[in-house]
Amino acid sequence: MTAMCDVAFLLLSFFILTTKFKAPEAIAVQTPSSVASKVAPDKDVVLVTIDPSGKVFLSIGEDKTDDGRKDLIAKSIMENKKITFDVAKFKKAHFWGCSFAQLPSYLSIPEENRKGETLQGIPTDTIKGGTGSEFTEWMRIIKDAYSGGKMNLLLKGDNTSKYPAFKSVIDAFKKNDLMKFQMVTNPESIPVGTELWKNNLKGEKRDE
Amino acid sequence: MAELDTSSGGGHKKGPGVKKAKKLSTRVDLTPMVDLGFLLITFFIFTTTMSQPTAMKLFLPKDADKPEDQNKAKESGALTILLGKDNHVFYYEGMLDNSNASSKFKSANFGSGEDGIRAEIIKKKASTNDNDFVVVIKPGAECTYKNVVDALDEMTVNGVKRYALVDITDVESQLVKITEASAPK
Repeated sequence: MTAMCDVAFLLLSFFILTTKFKAPEAIAVQTPSSVASKVAPDKDVVLVTIDPSGKVFLSIGEDKTDDGRKDLIAKSIMENKKITFDVAKFKKAHFWGCSFAQLPSYLSIPEENRKGETLQGIPTDTIKGGTGSEFTEWMRIIKDAYSGGKMNLLLKGDNTSKYPAFKSVIDAFKKNDLMKFQMVTNPESIPVGTELWKNNLKGEKRDE
Repeated sequence: MAELDTSSGGGHKKGPGVKKAKKLSTRVDLTPMVDLGFLLITFFIFTTTMSQPTAMKLFLPKDADKPEDQNKAKESGALTILLGKDNHVFYYEGMLDNSNASSKFKSANFGSGEDGIRAEIIKKKASTNDNDFVVVIKPGAECTYKNVVDALDEMTVNGVKRYALVDITDVESQLVKITEASAPK
């Protein structure tokens, strides 16, 4: 009995220490799976989320270094768009998903009521007479805030979201010269008998 | 397990008339604590996510406006994969023009079976020069993000070194639509 208790509590402490609670996700996204084996980075992250209906949301990391960046982003938006909003609330928001004009009203919604379905997302359609969408401008502002530092651009799309949404996001990346990004996926085993499988057996490293 | 020595060590015998204090047992019933422990273990086992999400890298090419700047693909080594609605996949080799559209344009699926796109990629790869082989992925407006990721994954799995994500042309999307309409569900 004593030994079992000891083991049980050892296990308990192990699980308590290793558990990382996920922040409750306001945007429900089911990512596709891929054979990629590199773990998604969790520092200096800029995450673009595409929800099942193709709406686009943006979020950046919540570390100390990201705090200053959020300041920069907020300042830049206020200057460029000639709008004012609560910077503290802007920084506290887990994700942003609205047009610039709607930012003040978006930030006045309590955080727990900001659920994916009820929000409009960042507009990705091309502005008339402009070269890109509002999302392109968001990305430009964020890119500027990260200038000089590392930026891990992550794209998290839902399985069922349609390609045009994905395409408009890539277009916005391209317009900002953000040529390198990573797509968040679930790990999947490599199909047996394929070339990659054979290479792995041989112990070859693959470049990802 | 946890026990305190309650005997009054040393040989101090109490004299007659002195009441013997009642010996209290210090054994604590541990069952509820253990129960709680196991309950917590179960909880943490279920909530722990062991598999972390992975990331798949994608490098975008620079848009070349002038036709002469664009990368040319050899016709003989090109395999074009079109992604349609409801996980349909279509493919053709080389160039597509009006005269050969119906014979060249074939359909496949994402399975690994004989009519899967993987078999076709492997076949094409084996039959062409490595330097000429290029796969062009053209996702249609109706396909999902998952289809695109699956197609890109297929490139990694089959060791395709050169591939491109290209916009679908009107002719091709028409062909996809016609084939989808006529294909038995």
